[in-house]
Amino acid sequence: MANLAAVVGIGQTKYTTKREDVSIAGLVREAAVGALRDAELTWDDIDAVIVGKAPDMFEGVVMPEIYLTDALGCNGKPMLRVHTAGSVGGSTALVAASHVQSGTFRRVLTVAFEKQSESNAMWALSNPQPFSTHLNAGAGGYFAPIIREYMRRSGAPYNVGIKVAVKDRLHGARNPLAHLQRPDITMEEVEESFMLWDPIRYLESCPSSDGACAMVIADEDYADAAPRPPAWIRGVAMRSEPTMYAGREEVNPQAGRDCAADVYKQAGITDPRKDLDVAEVYVPFSWYEPMWLENLGFAPEGEGWKLTMEGATSLDENGDIPWNPSGGVLSSNPIGASGMIRFAEAARQVRGDAGDHQVAGAKLALGHAYGGGAQFYAMWVVGADKG
Amino acid sequence: MKEIAIVGYQQSDCVADAGACNEVELIIPVLSKLYGQVGITNAQDVDFVCSGSCDYLQGAAFAFVMGVDALGAVPPIVESHVEMDAAWALYESMLKLRMGHADSALIYGFSKSSPGELPIVLSQQLDPYYLAPQWVDTVSLAALQARLLLDRGVISEQDMAEVVSRSRRNARNNPHAQLAGDVSVEDVLAEATYLSPLRRSDICPVSDGASAVVIATVEKAREWGLPYAVISGIDHCIETHHLGMRDLTDSMSTRRAAENAGAGDGPVDVAELYAPFSHQEIVLTRALGLDDKTSVNPSGGVLAGNLMMASGLSRIGEVFNRIVGGEAERGVAHATSGPCLQHNLVAVIEKAEAA
Repeated sequence: MANLAAVVGIGQTKYTTKREDVSIAGLVREAAVGALRDAELTWDDIDAVIVGKAPDMFEGVVMPEIYLTDALGCNGKPMLRVHTAGSVGGSTALVAASHVQSGTFRRVLTVAFEKQSESNAMWALSNPQPFSTHLNAGAGGYFAPIIREYMRRSGAPYNVGIKVAVKDRLHGARNPLAHLQRPDITMEEVEESFMLWDPIRYLESCPSSDGACAMVIADEDYADAAPRPPAWIRGVAMRSEPTMYAGREEVNPQAGRDCAADVYKQAGITDPRKDLDVAEVYVPFSWYEPMWLENLGFAPEGEGWKLTMEGATSLDENGDIPWNPSGGVLSSNPIGASGMIRFAEAARQVRGDAGDHQVAGAKLALGHAYGGGAQFYAMWVVGADKG
Repeated sequence: MKEIAIVGYQQSDCVADAGACNEVELIIPVLSKLYGQVGITNAQDVDFVCSGSCDYLQGAAFAFVMGVDALGAVPPIVESHVEMDAAWALYESMLKLRMGHADSALIYGFSKSSPGELPIVLSQQLDPYYLAPQWVDTVSLAALQARLLLDRGVISEQDMAEVVSRSRRNARNNPHAQLAGDVSVEDVLAEATYLSPLRRSDICPVSDGASAVVIATVEKAREWGLPYAVISGIDHCIETHHLGMRDLTDSMSTRRAAENAGAGDGPVDVAELYAPFSHQEIVLTRALGLDDKTSVNPSGGVLAGNLMMASGLSRIGEVFNRIVGGEAERGVAHATSGPCLQHNLVAVIEKAEAA
């Protein structure tokens, strides 16, 4: 049986296109110092540091954690670097949690980041390989056909994605850290923005951001005495499936369904829409909200889009199950950090610390991340109570 | 804390150039042998899988992604990856077992270093603002370290040549070694320097290949009815990245990890050390407090073949082999990462007590 662990400190940078004022080290340190300050701890209180980011080619530094050890106060301690594609921010939080849940450490610092302005993410994702076909598609080009298949199967109206794009940007306008600040965005504006990868329009896509997110995760004894409310980790799960597999269900991937079932079971959740108060889910392209509503069991297959259109996932429409009150990946996307931001924002909600995007009375929240071509999943459920 | 056992280990041959083999093709033969050794069908038969690899060695983002295709991950599996040597993937797996979310784990590491110029590629691992733009390669940094050790009288060139000679001789009994032979100290010293004071023989070769390990709780190992060795202690520690701020003639982080892992709590019959350069083996041997009673790198170590991202895991596997083979009762395995031994992991592996 795993030991209890909780998030006791959270730090995030402001997400933006280009942080020209800081180095990579300065960026990660800003988030780490924020998390320590929130936990009222110092560097000496930290037993181990767990770092995550997406491919090294995004900054052009091989294993950058080796150079970041000084900025993150790791010297003389264990330091671990996780990389599981776009899900990495979530996986990193789970690996960090395992340092405490295994009873090995009392307090660990975990940091995930991406400074995308240092390089070119599109190039880094699509460089030609000697033994395989050169796709040169980027992430949007990869997911567009899968979205079209979802639209065909579900018969969802064309403007579901447009609605999600507006909803998440209105959420983001409540969050001062969000990259895109668009309180005035409209359905018409999104619809008129140019088509990037049919059916994904420019404003239905995530931005490219610089940013870092950090958390301090502590054991039960420490969390009980923490200066601010802890977010108790109630369930942790990861799943992976192959990339090249003829029987793969890409619209509603089994790895995602299995991962959700696993984490719900641990947290005692039987009806996610009813039992959870809020969810921070990795939605980099608008249509992934209805797709993941189904994949994660918030709606029956083919009906996720109805929740979106009814406003069930919107704070502004007083929805019963707000998704991405922080503005989500559609409002800020430092890729390697995006998963951890979901996990941290879920924790902020149950700590009652989410400011203008707080879901009133949130007690139980889901943090979700996916990566690659949607073969990699990481999820946690955090609660205001130990459970 | 829960006792964790190693139940299987396989490594590919270390080859200078795997040709047209891709990473999946490097991994699959190793995993197949390991499944046979442990008596399982594929990754479905373990509770957790974790791997170590490096995107820059393959020259692609997400080098590990296709690795998952080698596992038989249908239905989906619980899987994770570190951008580190797979010895750290084993560390992560041990946490998973300790927290009770798994009773067994498959760990593998792989790389195909041959298509690039490895020392130059690794120069891009340095501080990106002050050091990487100078393209200081790993061999040059190691040469600076060796020079410091020689100038301070901590070691002699003879000492370094003895490390090489022993590695080559030991490697004769290692069917996977890339470099092996009856090489004397005099032969090594007669060689011209390559990057002074290093001779080519002081430097590990560049190798392609993979290795893999299965670990399990002791209860599971007994249930499987397999010979096993117990990981009685494990820890790792990183030091500052700034070489000028470190004592390069010592390895503080190895010393600390060894203390925390309990390396000195009993006799060390065998030690497998990840020393890519001959002088580093001496630094490590001293940091670990080993003496003549310990057989150091009986496999030949990485001077006989260096599988980036897998060599650390292989050190653990090699100690396991000595113990289940009855040649040793207690051993130490070491893994390293970063320039001049920046980050070090130490595992203590012991013979299983009779059930």
